[in-house]
Order: sequence, then structure tokens, then C-alpha cells
Amino acid sequence: MATIIVDGERYEAKAGQNVLEAVLSQHLDLPYFCWHPAMGSVGACRQCAIMEYADENDERGRMVMACITSVRDGMRLSIAAPHAARFRESVIEWLMENHPHDCPVCEEGGECHLQDMTVMTGHSQRRYRGTKRTWRNQDLGPFIGHEMNRCITCYRCVRFYRDYAGGTDLEALGSRSRMYFGRAADGKLESEFSGNLVEVCPTGVFTDRPFSKQYTRKWDLQSAPSVCPGCAVGCNIFPSERYGDLKRVHNRYHGEINGYFLCDRGRFGSHFVNDPSRIRKAGMRVDDEVFEARGADTAIDALGEMLRDGKAVGIGSPRASVEANFALRSLVGRDSFCNGLGEGDAELIALALDIHGRGGARIPTLTDVEAADAVLVLGEDVLNTAPRVALAMRQAARGTAFEMAGAAAIPDWQDAGIRGHAQGRLSPVFLATTLPTRIDDIAADTLHATPQDIARAGYAIAHRIDGDFAAPEGAVADDFVDRVAAALGKAKQPLIVTGTGSADPAVMQAAANIAWALRARGGDPALLIAPHEANSFGAGMLDGGLTLDAALEAVRSGAARTLVVMENDLYRRADYERVDAALASGAEVVVIDSIENATAQAANLLLPAATYAECNGTFVNYEGRAQRFYQVFEPAAEDEIAPSWMWIRRAAKAAGRDGCDWSGIEDLVRACAENVPALAAIPEAAPTAGYRGKADTRIPRQPHRYSGRTAMRADVNVHEPKPTVDDETPFAYSMEGQNTGRQPGAAVPYVWSPGWNSNQSVFKFQQEVGGGLSGGDPGVRLIAAETGSNGADARPFRSPPAAFASGDGFRLLPLHAIFGSDELSARSWPVAETSPSPYIVLNPEDARELGVARGDGVKCDALPVSVEVRIDAAMTPGTAACVCGLPDMPGPLPADPVEFVRDPDFERATEIIARG
Amino acid sequence: MNSPMEKPLTERIEQNDGRVVDIDAYEGAGGYVAAREAVTAMTPEAVIELVKDANLRGRGGAGFPTGVKWGFIPQGDAAGPGPKYLICNADEMEPGTFKDRYLMTFDPHLLIEGMIIAAYAIGAERAFVFLRGEYFEPYRALERAIADARDRHYLGEGVFGGKFNLDLRLHSSAGRYICGEETALLNALEGKRAQPRLKPPFPPASGAWGRPTVVNNVETLCNVPAIVRLGADWFRGLGLTDDAGTKIYGVSGRVNNPGLWELPMGTTIREIIETHAGGMRDGYTLRGLLPGGASTDFLVPEEHLDLPMDYGSISAAGSRMGTGTMILMDDSICPVDISRNLQHFFAQESCGFCTPCREGLPWLEELLADIEAGRGTMEDIDTLETNAAFIGAPGNTFCLHAAGAIEPLQSALKYFREDFEAHVREGRCPYRKNEGNG
Repeated sequence: MATIIVDGERYEAKAGQNVLEAVLSQHLDLPYFCWHPAMGSVGACRQCAIMEYADENDERGRMVMACITSVRDGMRLSIAAPHAARFRESVIEWLMENHPHDCPVCEEGGECHLQDMTVMTGHSQRRYRGTKRTWRNQDLGPFIGHEMNRCITCYRCVRFYRDYAGGTDLEALGSRSRMYFGRAADGKLESEFSGNLVEVCPTGVFTDRPFSKQYTRKWDLQSAPSVCPGCAVGCNIFPSERYGDLKRVHNRYHGEINGYFLCDRGRFGSHFVNDPSRIRKAGMRVDDEVFEARGADTAIDALGEMLRDGKAVGIGSPRASVEANFALRSLVGRDSFCNGLGEGDAELIALALDIHGRGGARIPTLTDVEAADAVLVLGEDVLNTAPRVALAMRQAARGTAFEMAGAAAIPDWQDAGIRGHAQGRLSPVFLATTLPTRIDDIAADTLHATPQDIARAGYAIAHRIDGDFAAPEGAVADDFVDRVAAALGKAKQPLIVTGTGSADPAVMQAAANIAWALRARGGDPALLIAPHEANSFGAGMLDGGLTLDAALEAVRSGAARTLVVMENDLYRRADYERVDAALASGAEVVVIDSIENATAQAANLLLPAATYAECNGTFVNYEGRAQRFYQVFEPAAEDEIAPSWMWIRRAAKAAGRDGCDWSGIEDLVRACAENVPALAAIPEAAPTAGYRGKADTRIPRQPHRYSGRTAMRADVNVHEPKPTVDDETPFAYSMEGQNTGRQPGAAVPYVWSPGWNSNQSVFKFQQEVGGGLSGGDPGVRLIAAETGSNGADARPFRSPPAAFASGDGFRLLPLHAIFGSDELSARSWPVAETSPSPYIVLNPEDARELGVARGDGVKCDALPVSVEVRIDAAMTPGTAACVCGLPDMPGPLPADPVEFVRDPDFERATEIIARG
Repeated sequence: MNSPMEKPLTERIEQNDGRVVDIDAYEGAGGYVAAREAVTAMTPEAVIELVKDANLRGRGGAGFPTGVKWGFIPQGDAAGPGPKYLICNADEMEPGTFKDRYLMTFDPHLLIEGMIIAAYAIGAERAFVFLRGEYFEPYRALERAIADARDRHYLGEGVFGGKFNLDLRLHSSAGRYICGEETALLNALEGKRAQPRLKPPFPPASGAWGRPTVVNNVETLCNVPAIVRLGADWFRGLGLTDDAGTKIYGVSGRVNNPGLWELPMGTTIREIIETHAGGMRDGYTLRGLLPGGASTDFLVPEEHLDLPMDYGSISAAGSRMGTGTMILMDDSICPVDISRNLQHFFAQESCGFCTPCREGLPWLEELLADIEAGRGTMEDIDTLETNAAFIGAPGNTFCLHAAGAIEPLQSALKYFREDFEAHVREGRCPYRKNEGNG
């Protein structure tokens, strides 16, 4: 530690960190633009000028740029010194020469870092008389708007897009005062993380295009802390609402998970909440054809009748909260409950939880992922299934660069210097996947093979590390195995990443074996197992008496007379025939869901469920971290939308069922914790409803400048409705209260601080720049994150699979698409526009034999529609990769080989979106 | 005829009647003796000590001691794995400067020999000449000379039959003034945007492709062979003041005999202008001069003509010797207009990285254009001064480009303020005859 003296006050700082970070960590105000807490310093904008004095007798001092000056113990500094203050004002004046005076109509206005810094420096009088420079903007696709006239040339966009996220199609073009940040030509930004430009840009150059279409000022947005429903990473988000629409999603800083960045599925995947296909009223099928909204009371009475005989089966969902799943399990009884995972998925999730339960390897946070010094990805295309993990792996690959820089005495904030010195050298990252991925550029080596051959390679790696571990019979990819074993063996913090994506338990077993082998040799391995849905692990912890097939069979056979499906489209989970057979068996089919889907269309009784933005609940992420998401807004009064658990509570009451009369979400959380040992800690995930901040106030969901409250519903009724009293959470539907950042980190509904209207204000909510939230990072780990024991329970797996041998027909292998494979985000219009149409990938030889070329269509019995052919030489002959989860595609792929034939009538989509 | 002791840089060219000195002529005049001596009979440390002892200072403008710079390069295992680099900065784009072009066009082997010695001293087996893009003649001369030297095994594998290898390549720049800044040069050489780098790390620690690198100016390297051949004492003795060696001085402007002359370091400005450049042409009076290119402060005849042109004396007078090639401003030239012209150049050549340079210089240019056109106000002159102070202070901008841009402006405001005010008062440029108000 070091002590620095700023304007006469003494503060603690870290020796070697840069002065800007040090003063911001003390929550002092010092303007900046180009520095970014996750990206370091480059010294471009010259905004953070500060005076440094040699000693107490030095009154003149010298001006330095805080972001590129290292902290030394005893350093004397002044932010307030007039010379530096005047210089900072001058920098703004220079930036403002060409910046348009369009704040009142600019989307960034009100949350613009440039606006904030302009006010902070005091610049207000324009002296520059020249003509402002203007630019032609580009069409960057459905996610990102472009308005180059506003650019202040801070270089943050390209530094994030290229240097941090590995994108290649956004460039710094031109020179001098004619710098242009854009693509070589119009077109969708290719990076899966392009949405972060919206938050990285300190002004309104890169804007959230879907948000623009339904724009609201930040100060008019109502927000709550939430958790992304897009995958199992559990990134923290701020969804925001106005006029009953979910307007946008912004990053909610979490020191151990997402940090400052989200993926584009998470940012742009929530517009399903506003979709016209939302289910808004309780409905009943009055005859075989017609649905009628008969009012919730009637529907509940009918449901009560259906449940009265006790022969109901309930199917929950990994996209529903643990509370909703627990409620359904309570309603139908554990023996009649299925957690909604498909057969294969259920096995994989159970295996993952079993592996983690045995210990022997750390479960890494994303901060841990970034710190890994050697990474092996086994059988998981993380960029498409857990995208934020891939971004963290990119940072892990840079570990070598930081090490080299450290040896050359280059400070770790000196971003360009570190990159220049390391010359692209990367820490070892190895990727074993079915096909090349879009992070292969960071890989020291790749292996493209079938999941079972990947599993064999994994077993071989474990065996190479520790001979006690089972080796596969026959040949494996020896070079790859040797390189990986050597790199992982040398690493201080080796990381193995796997997941459910290859749908093969052997892959996960092999990954666990590698981690345990490293552990057996005295290493400190981390094992990241990525499931694919927001609450896969939560659902897995809530096991019921029935597998999905058993539940469907019980319905088909008539053993169960009523089927309650909650937030789940069964056609994504099981064979079409099996689902059809159950739904058409004559049983009463009750569906509680938020958005229309094939299962909902088969319902006799349909209840409108709240989405994650309209209710409170808990998701358990890949770390086994339970995180609470809070209701952002109340569904419109004219709709009957309610949280699933509330429907269940009403149904239980109507059916005269005991044990389901939870008084509220907190009571339900408590009941869940008491009844499910694995979930015992979930009440600790967030503060209770009774939490009160400063002056005994609630935490407001609305910023204190929230406007129009008396007018926004005046077209309906001139009387302003009384704000709902929220007795379920510490939040209020109000602008009254305190959002100081001192509350628990799980209870921060938005970031704002006096003078800091933009998202840059997040540093005021952190213990130190880039560190944990002042009130602690959200969530509670339900599985021991550290190895704890010596891994004594970590009994290695002993059954390496046999090598893949092609036979007749094609073995279908699963692929995943960041835009399209996830059920809910695929219904969000910007994501839907970006999703590929269904396709398969074939080896060129196989394609030749089938007589098909790229862009042709093929059909097979197992797929309901013809699909486009793509060709990749990395594809194993005799296999065909198929994107799971796309509309019209089956969830689980058939295990048996399929025969393809060319479909001469196939009409290919007009544009093939090159992806994955 | 001059003795070989007096003009180590240009005497061969003069003896060759101004024709290109080819490899035979060069060797005939004692060429490559020094490089052979250094590579085959001296240790790298001894070469570095010799150059330090000779007090050779960088001729590109900054005047940093060359031997000291070479001494920063880690030797042996300390350098880590991979090549070290010697880069010759031949991106001669300073307005008014054409000395390196002369050396490279007419005596390219002198540069090559200097680079062999320098590369040997720092242990660099790869070297580049980073040449200004528009320098077609030097390109052809160097291309030919490098091929000839390679044919005789003075370059390539086993230089002079020994163990030292040197891969010397000629790189023609795409053409930006900022590439003369050594770290922008390195970025450009690596194929990146020609933007300067944040220092530290300095090039000797992490330069080209992240490896230890020395960047030296053409004229600097051309001095090295004679130092090795004739010794440090001889070299120091050439200078008239504390600075050692000779210097190629140049004069452009309305003089009778504009050109370049190799003269002892420390020759006075008066001698350069009056004796060598032949004095001002009839009808023109000298009003000011930029001593070392466009990015140096004006000096004025009333105060500075008798200053010796060396690093210390010119600095003490508030300017810099820079490249040593001066631009003369006579009484027919409007100081406001020359300032505007210079700011146009510097604004155009800004790399666009840091705010004060990128946004500040174009504003200064516009203010100067307004004043020149008679549209300026007295407040504009204040705005010029306050902005110049903020833009020009080293450390306020990312590199020294803007500081260099401000030197002629700030000094013009100091020495020719009356001209600026006259423009504002009269609402016109007094130097433009028969023109109405702007």
C-alpha cells in the first residue's frame, strides 16, 4: 500500500497503480475519457490532467496525466489546482469544437459521460467559430446505431472491440482531426459483444438500436437488479422499463462475473418481454378449437377441479426460477414432479452437479477464468453457449503478455505498451470442439473431432498427467494430448472448461478427470462446467420423482389425468412423437407460460406467466451461485399476467391443497430453502424485503428525476394511480428513497451519482475501481467454490468411450448458436433478425457423395424441415453438425444415424449469415 | 583541397565531383575499413565506449548522446530470446530539411557502413532503413548500395567473413511526418497505425516487435565510420564548441546561395548565412529564422546571428538546433501567414491520437487564417497564446509533435506580435499589397 496526498487529504492507494484509478477508488471526481477500468490506460484524451508536486515546498508542481502516472508512496497531488483545472476545461473545449449541440435530441443526453465531464470541468462558452465536421454514418446491423458526428476520438470503441473482444471489423480509420471509427463498409458488426460499444462509448456514437426505436431517457427508466435469462453464466443486468415495455438491458457490474461487459444475446435478447405473442390472459379451450379468456377466477376454479383428484403431473423448467419450480413441485408432490430438463440434459446436469459435489477442483468465477494461465476447452463452443466465458478466456490468453510486461517493468495499466511488448503472444489456450469456433484465434492448438473422440482425448490428457487415470484404448490425437498435458501440468492456475453442449457425458467425465489428475499431481485446477440455461443447475437441484420421459409416459398412459407444464416448451425437450402422444392423450393440459409456443398451443388451460422482468426469483448459475432477480415493473393492470408461483398458490387453494399458501416470495424462498437441502442457502442471495437504507427508506426503482408520473396514464384516467406498495422486496415503485451504493450489492437497481449520470458512475458503487461492489458482489454459492477437501471424493471416471467409427448414415452432432439456440432470446426481435436459418454442416467428401453443395437443401426423417447445407473440412466424415434449438429444429438430436437426401425444392435463405 | 580530417561526411562526394559514390569509389576512399575493423577486431563494448567518448550526439534533432543510447541495449542473455533491431530513421520530413537525402543519394555506403558498426555494437542482426516515401532517388541509391554490399559480404550472413550476421532492409514509408517520431516509426514499420507509443517502455527496452531497438538518424550513423577510423579525440576536435564533430548545416530562403554545407559543429549562424549562403538577396532583409526546421522557435537577427549552431547555445537562446537546416524569413513574408502555413502543416500531420494536438492545432490554424484574412480580434491573439501554452507544453500532449508545432507560433507571437496586432487593427494583412479588407 501507499499513501497519496490529494489536495491536502491523505488517501490509501496501491503503489504502481495509476493515479486516476487511485483517486477514483477514493470516489473523488476526476474527469477522464479514454481510460477504462477493464482496458487500462493509453493516454489519448489528456482529460485527467492533475498536478504533481515534488515535495511540500514545491508550490509550482508539474502537470501530469493521472491515467499514465504510477502511484508512489507519499505522492503529492492536486485535482483542484487552477492550472490543471483550466487545462481540463481546455480539453473539453477542444473536444467540443466539433461535437454537435444536439444534446436535447441526442439519445445519450442524460446519461452522457461527455455531458457530465463538460459540466464537471465548467466549460460553457464556445469560442471556436469554425464549421463542425460531419460524417456519413454506417448501417451496423440491428443491434448498434452509428452517429459519428458525435465522436470525440477517445479510441475506446476500437480498444474494446478489437483489443479486448477480438473483433476485426471495426477500425480506427483516417488520421489527424478526421478520425473515423467504423467498418470498411456498411454491415452488421460481427462481434458477439458489439453491444458493449453502447456503454463503452462515452457519448452517443454507438447507440442501442432497438432502444432507439422505443426510446426513453435514462432518468425516465424504471429498473431493478436482475440476472440475465439468456444462459447459465448469470451475468447481472439492469433491465429497464417505461410505459409497460421493457426498453433495454444494460450491464449491471458484478465484480466476479460479468464485470463491465455483456454479450449481445443478453443485451438484445430481452425484447421477447414485449412480444405480441405474449400470453396476457388466462384462457380455456371451450371446445376443441377455440380459446376463450374467461377471466382468471374461472380458469383457477377449473384448474382446482382438475387438480382435485391428485393425479396431476407437473413439469417445471430450467428457465423458470427455483421458487417457481419449487412451488410446482409442492403442488403436485415430489413424486409427480419433473424438473423439465430433457432426458439427456437431466443426465448431464446431474453429472455436472455430482462432479462439482465431489470437489477436487475449484469452480471458477469469470475473474478466476481471466486469471487462468492455461485453458483447455473440452467439447464446448462457449462463445455460443456461455458467451461471456469466451470473453473472459480472451483475457486469460493475455496473461503471458502481462507477465512479459512485468518482467520488462511495464506497468500493468500500460495497455498499448503491454500489447506492443508481447506482440500477440498468448497464454496456452486449447480448444477441442466439433468444428472451428470464432475464438480459435486465441488457441495454441485446436482439435476438431466428434464428442466421443474429444472425450477420448480428454481421458488421454488425464492419463498423461497422472498415469493412475484411465487411458482410452487405441489411437488418440497424440500431439494435441501431449501439448495440452504439458501446458496444464506447468500452469499455476490451470482451467478446464466443458459443458453440456456436446450432449455427451463422457466429455464431461473426461474434463473432470483432467482436473482431478492435475489435483492429484499437486496442482490447483479449476473446472468450469457450462450448462445452457439460466437455471439449469437450479432445476437440477430440484429433482423430482419423474424424468421427462416418465412424466410424458404417465400422461400418455392415463396414469396422470392432468399435466401442468410451467414455463417450458416440451417440444424443445423431447421427441415430437413422444410429446404429441402425451398432449393428445386426453389428459387436461395446463400451461403456465409467458409466451406462445407449441406446447402452449396444445393446452386446455393457459395461464399467463410473468417473465423474469415482471417477477422476483432466483437463478442458480454455472458456479452454483444463487442470484436473486427482482421485478422491474408490474404487468399492465388490464392483463392477468402473474408470477407462475402465484398461479400455483391460487390453484392449490382452489384445489384445497395444503402447503402451498406461501404469504409471499420471501416465504416461498424460505420454504424452498427448508425443503431442499441443496438450496438451503438461497435466502442469503439477497437482502430481505425488510431491508431499509439510509433514513429508513426503501430503494427506489426510479431515478429521482423520473418525470411524467402524473401524465403518463392520463389518456386512460386523469387520476394518478397510487404507486403499488411492494412488500415483497426492499424496492419501491417510486423515485423516493436512497440508492447510495452502500446497500447490499444485490440491491442496486441502477447506477447514478451526483455529477455522474452515465454508467461511468459505477465506480461510486465499488469498493475500488474494478473491485467488488461496496455492498458485496451479489449471490451466494450453493456449491463449495474452493476445493476444500483434498479431493478425496473425486473418484475418477474409468470408462473412456470407444473411438468414433462412421457407419451407415450420418451421426448428428449438436451445434449451438448464440443468436437462435436459446428459446426466449430467439423470440426477441433483434436477435431473431440475426439468427441463422436451420443448417447442417457436412464434410466436403460426404457432401460430394450426397451430391450437394453449399447452400443446397437436404432433408431427413429426423428433421421436420429441409435444412441448408454448409461444408467444413474439419467435420468428421460420417457426421453432420446441426444447430440445436432453432425454430423448427428438434431439441434433443436423434441418437441413431440419419439418412440425408437432397431436397430439390429447397429455397435457401436470401442471405447466409456467416457464423460459427 | 580539404584534408580528410575536416569533412568526414561529405568529402567523398566532393572528391567524386558530386556524382554518386559507388562501392568501388567508396572503398577506394577508405570505405568499409572502419566497419571491418570494428566487426573483426573490436568488442561491441569497445565500439560503444568509443562512440560515447567521441561525444556523438543524435543529428535528428534531439541531440541525445548516441553511445549512451546504444549502451541501453541489453547484451547477451539479458536481451532475452529473439532479434534486436537497428533502425535508421531516414524519414526526413521536417520542412526545410534535406540533409539526409543528400547523404543517402550521393554516398549511400557511408550510411551502410555506419549501420554495420552500430548494429555490431548493439548486437542487432536485423536492421532497417525507414525511408521517407517520396525519396525515390535515395531509394534507388540505397537499394543498389545494399545489393553491392551484400555481394561483397559486408551484409548478410558472416559480415566480413566473421560470425556477425546483418540483415539490412530498406523500407519505404507510406509518408507521414509523424513517422519521424521514433515510436510512430516503429508502429508504422510493424504495419500498425503510425501513432507514437507511450513511454516507457523506450525502444531499447521494447522497440520494434517488442524487442530491444535503437533508432538513429541518417547523419548520426554516417558519423560513426570516421569515429572508428580516426578516433574519439579527432572527432571531438572537429567541433568549435563543446559539441563534437561536424554538422551539415543548411539554409533555405531568399539568400544568394541556398544549400547545404558540412561545417564544424558550432559554426555561427552569421557565418553560415553570410559566408556560405552568400547573404540575403538584394532588396530583402532578414527578419527571423527557424534554426533547425519548421518545429523550432524563431530566432531573430538582432539577437542571435552570432550564436554558434550547437545544441547548447541554441537551446539557451530559447530554440533548438533541430536538424541544423534553417529556414529564413525575410521582410516580404508575413509572420502571420507563415505561422498559418506551419500550423496547417502540423495540423495535417497530427496522427489524431491525443486531443490537444488533434483538435487544438486545426483551431490554431483557423484562428491564424482569420487573423491573416483580417477577420481576427485581439481576443483571438489571446486565445492563440493560451492555447499555444497548453498545447505546446511537453507532457500535455502524447508526443512532441504538438510541442514542435507550437515552437514557431509561440516565438512568432513573441518576436512579431506587432504584426499580429496590425492585422487585427487594420482588418487586413499589411503584407498583401493592393488587397482590400478580408
